[in-house]
Amino acid sequence: MGVTIIPEIIRESLNNLVKNGERSDDRSFDDYRDIYLETGVISKAEGSARVKIGKTQIMVGAKPQIGEPFSDTPNVGVLMTNSELIPMASPDFEPGPPDERSVELARVTDRCMREAGVVDLEKLCIIEGKKVWMIFLDLHIIDYDGNLMDAAVLGSMAALMDAKIPEAKVEDDEVVIDPEKKVSLPIKEKALMCTFAKIGGELIVDPSLEEEQVMDARISIGMRADGSICAMQKGGMQPLNKDEILKAVERTGEITKKLMEHLPQNNQ
Amino acid sequence: MIFIEDKQMVIPGDVLADKEYQSGRGTFKEDDKICSSLVGLVAIRDKKISVIPLQSKYIPKRGDVVIGEITDIRFSMWNLDINSPYSGILPASDVFGKEKRDLNKAFNVGDVLFLRVVDVDEVKKVKLGLKGRGLGKFRDGILIYITPTKVPRLIGKKGSMINMIKDETKCEVVVGQNGVVWVKGDPSMERVAEKVINMIEEQAHTSGLTDRVRNMLFELLGKEIPEKEEKPEATEEATDEEEEEEENGENLIQ
Amino acid sequence: MITIITNKILGKNSTSSKRADGRASDELRPFKIEAGVLERADGSAYLELGGNKVIVAVYGPRELHIRRLMQPDRAVLRCRYNMAPFSVDDRKRPGPDRRSVEISKITSEALMPAVFLEKFPRSTIDVFIEVLEAEGGTRCAGITAASVALADAGVPMRDLVVACAAGKSEGEVVLDLSEVEDKDGEADVPVAIMPRTGEVTLLQSDGNLTPEEFGKALNLAIEGCMKLSEAQKEAIIKRYGD
Repeated sequence: MGVTIIPEIIRESLNNLVKNGERSDDRSFDDYRDIYLETGVISKAEGSARVKIGKTQIMVGAKPQIGEPFSDTPNVGVLMTNSELIPMASPDFEPGPPDERSVELARVTDRCMREAGVVDLEKLCIIEGKKVWMIFLDLHIIDYDGNLMDAAVLGSMAALMDAKIPEAKVEDDEVVIDPEKKVSLPIKEKALMCTFAKIGGELIVDPSLEEEQVMDARISIGMRADGSICAMQKGGMQPLNKDEILKAVERTGEITKKLMEHLPQNNQ
Repeated sequence: MIFIEDKQMVIPGDVLADKEYQSGRGTFKEDDKICSSLVGLVAIRDKKISVIPLQSKYIPKRGDVVIGEITDIRFSMWNLDINSPYSGILPASDVFGKEKRDLNKAFNVGDVLFLRVVDVDEVKKVKLGLKGRGLGKFRDGILIYITPTKVPRLIGKKGSMINMIKDETKCEVVVGQNGVVWVKGDPSMERVAEKVINMIEEQAHTSGLTDRVRNMLFELLGKEIPEKEEKPEATEEATDEEEEEEENGENLIQ
Repeated sequence: MITIITNKILGKNSTSSKRADGRASDELRPFKIEAGVLERADGSAYLELGGNKVIVAVYGPRELHIRRLMQPDRAVLRCRYNMAPFSVDDRKRPGPDRRSVEISKITSEALMPAVFLEKFPRSTIDVFIEVLEAEGGTRCAGITAASVALADAGVPMRDLVVACAAGKSEGEVVLDLSEVEDKDGEADVPVAIMPRTGEVTLLQSDGNLTPEEFGKALNLAIEGCMKLSEAQKEAIIKRYGD
């Protein structure tokens, strides 16, 4: 991954703006940039979504495969998340195996979905101990303009809600798949993520690329529709104090509620 | 024979004219034909056909003034990013003369400087210098990046466009020929200038731009838009201002 | 242990055409090209051709940090063709494989003759092709979109390279093979040309053809290229209004 050196005057100017209660794109501290979400964009993927937060753009695909369950959880299906910060998305991304930022993004998204219990994985069991559905979530980052976490979770949530997998039946201990009969994934919860960047001593929501480049620290909070916390990740080189963290959690409630409105409403 | 009109938009491979015309910038000769190598607007001057690109990278040229950012400090020189496929160096001797001093006491990584391109050698090593009026390190302000070929448009005829922005926003504005623009003033005015400059970047290929910039400035500043002066629409167009390009060096400074 | 029930029987159902999707032998699938679709890249393009969805980003000319790749008298043109894991029926494992490495190489060679690389010595021009959805003919789709992205990035070129395949399916030489025709077909001939001069910059052939059939396929592919070439031009003009 290349390193971008941020001009000192940009760092100062963004810090000063925030100290005065402003941001360079006129947003308030709790505002997201424009959000665009479209599902069913890839017909070869059983579930898919294209999400844009500002100029950040991610394609998410959900693909099922039949596989063996983990031996310690023989009766639950598997959800696997993978992400690629492809070099298309930024002059600083390089080809090659996923680097640590890419792995962090995939793992945080995965935890948020899994711990929230978004998909009822028990219903993805076909033959206990032998055959289960494995759902692969692939995050394809195509334009990076800040705040990948929230876009990744929003896109993943939408792709899972969009997904229709073939019906699998068991006949004489054999799995029979009927590709003509598609069923929705068993979605039992909704969860989204809200990321704050600490700049000029304040926490601002949905950092843009330039805000991310000058931020001292970052906190991402995953929250379910009922307001409970399902995942959290602190990032950045500087610390956060307890008060800041608790305030961020408090603000996340309201913000996530609004964010939920972007999800397709047909499900549940 | 000529197959296009002045100011027409063309794309790579378009045949523009045959051999009675001369091949200018943004064009190439193939057999007996002159073709465009770029996406841009045609400029016909007598028998010379050029294409002014809508998108381009800055290629350093001796004598240009540019805005660069220090990316590294090395033995007796600074490395600078000048928004170009070729990075630049600023020799310590240019700043300290023969004196030996600690480089990071003068400039540090992340500092933004206004410099002159002193030399570009055969291996594309770009030597930068600070000798000249107004050159040196910027303090405060913001940076805006535009396509280098749109710099003449941002400056306008005899500086008309840039002066209007300066006058209305009360900001200091410095334009590097590498497409980096520095703006300093009241923070809210800096953002007004940024919006206007981004609009010029987007619409540089259209005509009647000065009026739209004025209207946008007035709107953002909450001022009443004055009655449009009686003036035929066609007086101001992109390629006319290209001719100003030569003189946008020294007079950009403050 | 896993049985797939399928009741899709393709082809042999149309009277007007033998092709599974009802196309005439010289007919392209529906297509759409857009320029300038990404924010960060210097140039970009999006292309749909039938069920193919391809997006291309161009960065450069930019500084080349790997010295051993540097060319003293010209820019290097690097291409990376990559398929998204969700772009195909069975999920593709992320990362390069032999197929994508070969396609990357021939794509870069297909584009190079058109680019004035000598104008930017010691630098690099990077072309990133991402296949978001694949339905046969992605390498050609990638090349056609890449030219538009290069033009969008302001890279000087002699012409816009355009690519299209022809081949043989069910005994007939046809244009622009779909995924089904490619898999069950007898031959596939992807071709890229510089349309003004007609020079060929990419040519592959996979399958059995008589010399006559090959000649016919080549002509058909070039015809297809000419149609796509118009769409490339329109996409660039449209990017700037008018």
